[in-house]
Amino acid sequence: MKRIISLLLEHEPGALARVAGLFTARGYNIESLTVAPTEDPSLARMTIVTTGSDAIIEQITKQLNKLVDVVKLRTMSDGRYLGRELMLVKVVAGTPDQRNDMQRLVSIFRGRIIDVTDATYTIEMTGNSDKADAFLLALNDVELIEVVRSGILGIGRGKHILRV
Amino acid sequence: MRLTGADIVVNCLKDEGVEYIFGYPGGAALHIYDAIYNQGAVKHILVRHEQGATHAADGYARATGKPGVVLVTSGPGVTNTVTGLATAHMDSIPMVVITGQVPSGLIGDDAFQEVDTVGVTRPCVKHNFLVKDVKKIAETIKKAFYIAMTGRPGPVVVDIPKDISAETAEYHYPRKIEMRSYQPRTRGHGKMIKKSVELLLSAKQPIIYTGGGAILAEAEVPLTRLVDKLGYPSTSTLMGLGAIPARHPTFLGMLGMHGTYESNMAMYHCDVMLAVGARFDDRVTGDLDKFAPNARIIHIDIDPSSIGKNVSVEVPIVGDCKSVLEDMLELLEGVSDSIHRSAVDDWWETIKGWKRVDSLQYDMSDTVIKPQYVIQKLFEITKGDAYVTSDVGQHQMWAAQYYQFQKPRRWINSGGLGTMGFGLPAAMGVQLGFPDDLVVCVTGDASIQMCLQELSTCLQYNLPIKVLNLNNQYMGMVRQWQEFFYDRRYSHSYMDALPDFVKLSESYGHVGIRVDSPKEVESAIQEAISMKDRLVFIDVITDPEENVYPMIAAGKGHNEIHLKPSRGEIENRELA
Repeated sequence: MKRIISLLLEHEPGALARVAGLFTARGYNIESLTVAPTEDPSLARMTIVTTGSDAIIEQITKQLNKLVDVVKLRTMSDGRYLGRELMLVKVVAGTPDQRNDMQRLVSIFRGRIIDVTDATYTIEMTGNSDKADAFLLALNDVELIEVVRSGILGIGRGKHILRV
Repeated sequence: MRLTGADIVVNCLKDEGVEYIFGYPGGAALHIYDAIYNQGAVKHILVRHEQGATHAADGYARATGKPGVVLVTSGPGVTNTVTGLATAHMDSIPMVVITGQVPSGLIGDDAFQEVDTVGVTRPCVKHNFLVKDVKKIAETIKKAFYIAMTGRPGPVVVDIPKDISAETAEYHYPRKIEMRSYQPRTRGHGKMIKKSVELLLSAKQPIIYTGGGAILAEAEVPLTRLVDKLGYPSTSTLMGLGAIPARHPTFLGMLGMHGTYESNMAMYHCDVMLAVGARFDDRVTGDLDKFAPNARIIHIDIDPSSIGKNVSVEVPIVGDCKSVLEDMLELLEGVSDSIHRSAVDDWWETIKGWKRVDSLQYDMSDTVIKPQYVIQKLFEITKGDAYVTSDVGQHQMWAAQYYQFQKPRRWINSGGLGTMGFGLPAAMGVQLGFPDDLVVCVTGDASIQMCLQELSTCLQYNLPIKVLNLNNQYMGMVRQWQEFFYDRRYSHSYMDALPDFVKLSESYGHVGIRVDSPKEVESAIQEAISMKDRLVFIDVITDPEENVYPMIAAGKGHNEIHLKPSRGEIENRELA
């Protein structure tokens, strides 16, 4: 089962390697991993998407907690968190038809065209992963040049808060 | 007080109360070695190989309970410590390993003797640091000791670039350290402790299973009191031997792959299991699907990730074993001893039946030396008071089976990683920690050759260790597996170019004795012990094809234990 784990860790060199190393050393899956500093520059926030049975997820959270650099951690469970992903897509859009079709599609999916050349459009799209997947599916006969996905960022709803 | 980084390092060690530092100099560590030269408080022990330094520090830590400290240079100095770090990490032994690094400006340039120390050591330490600012040295070393010694202990590496150890800063050693990201819990949860006591008292077929955590937590007093109070059978992992005295009436001996018949059968048939500082290792559990099928399990461990990792647990208690056991005893105070003892009377009758199998029985011989006999004699002569280190293999199992450890911290061996070459350097650390006690390194002809160079260190520091070499001219445990599982194809487990160990010891400046007849064993051990100020290497020529029994093959259940073949009839009857 897919799970999202959010963690706050000391913003030190090597902290990311400790987390990534743990996943490979113990044979856990990483579907995506994002990390960036927080409003407190001494802390970084990481969102990991992983898969596994309940027992494996429990071990992953315990092992993560054991890392000296990890300050706090929370497993996001369905309905109690919001997950968002940013996707950048570059497509071939040279003819007027291609451009019109693409503008319509982007507006349906509430994306934005952020770069235009003679031959291409670059589209920015945010939302949950399903929406990103659906958009890519809808592009079935469009020629894709590049797709960049950020991986999921997660935040708890309402009173579900992760902070020091 | 303004000091160089190197002087700060040495002052930190002094203020931390470090007695010995095990090490080997080299370019990137030379400023620190200069600082060591200029003082007398911290004694440096010069080893012959950095692996020896880590095992010696590890042995010192296991025997004394104090952290072991190591100092090495960059590059190969660091990579040579990796085996020792992993050994300590697997068995949760507190160590602080200080490593020199190439100057900061050269890091990443593939400089001479450069290695990514933090990267190379990361998977085999509890934590590691690269110090990039001389002002951070003292705080980092304090953190290193704090992390190594608290929670589930382990090794910590502090990597210091050469330019940082030359720069100067004000020296102040922090007395206490607080870390928001590291706050180990020691007290167990009251509700869980209450639940565990209720479950224990409801048991009809209980077993108390203890591990290395009980020794690390120094929980032997409350543990033995609990066993006395309940009168329940107890067993121990390889790492836990000595926490409950081997001769305690409830003690069934070691469990697991080479454990006794009675302890493994009691594990299989128990209805309630209390695990104290043990981690359900595969060498203990065998096939998890067949592991204690009817047991309701209580698990005390300081490391939450140990609980529920391999087996599911009904009552998890995260905390220090000693503190949790004391809390359990408090709840048991009002309970009369006799009531639950009679409840387990039938259980004890069953166990006595298993004990009658006498699974550690072996055939004596007048002509060839049986290795089990050597360990039995060692136990009798030393009355269980010696510190015994070992390497890895058959001799290790025989030492664990036949030397009856009456006290904790007397049995020093690499259980988790299974590191050949551990025994001799570990014995050096133990002997330095306890200069007046008898330290015996039980080893084998293959293992001893893996850190043999440390015989030279032993001479330099007058360490009167007794090396008991069970020489069967094979890698005995490898040969045993090849006999059982590879149709006697002894692929590369035979040593046909063994040195003359007596002459070898003599060339290192020690005493060597060869023993090849059973009737000489006792007198040779006695003679070696009587030479109080000399290292004596006793080369005992043993039966080359003796096997370790009982044995549970890898991936089998406790109920599938094999006894010595001549005892097969009993085994089959008991299993039926």
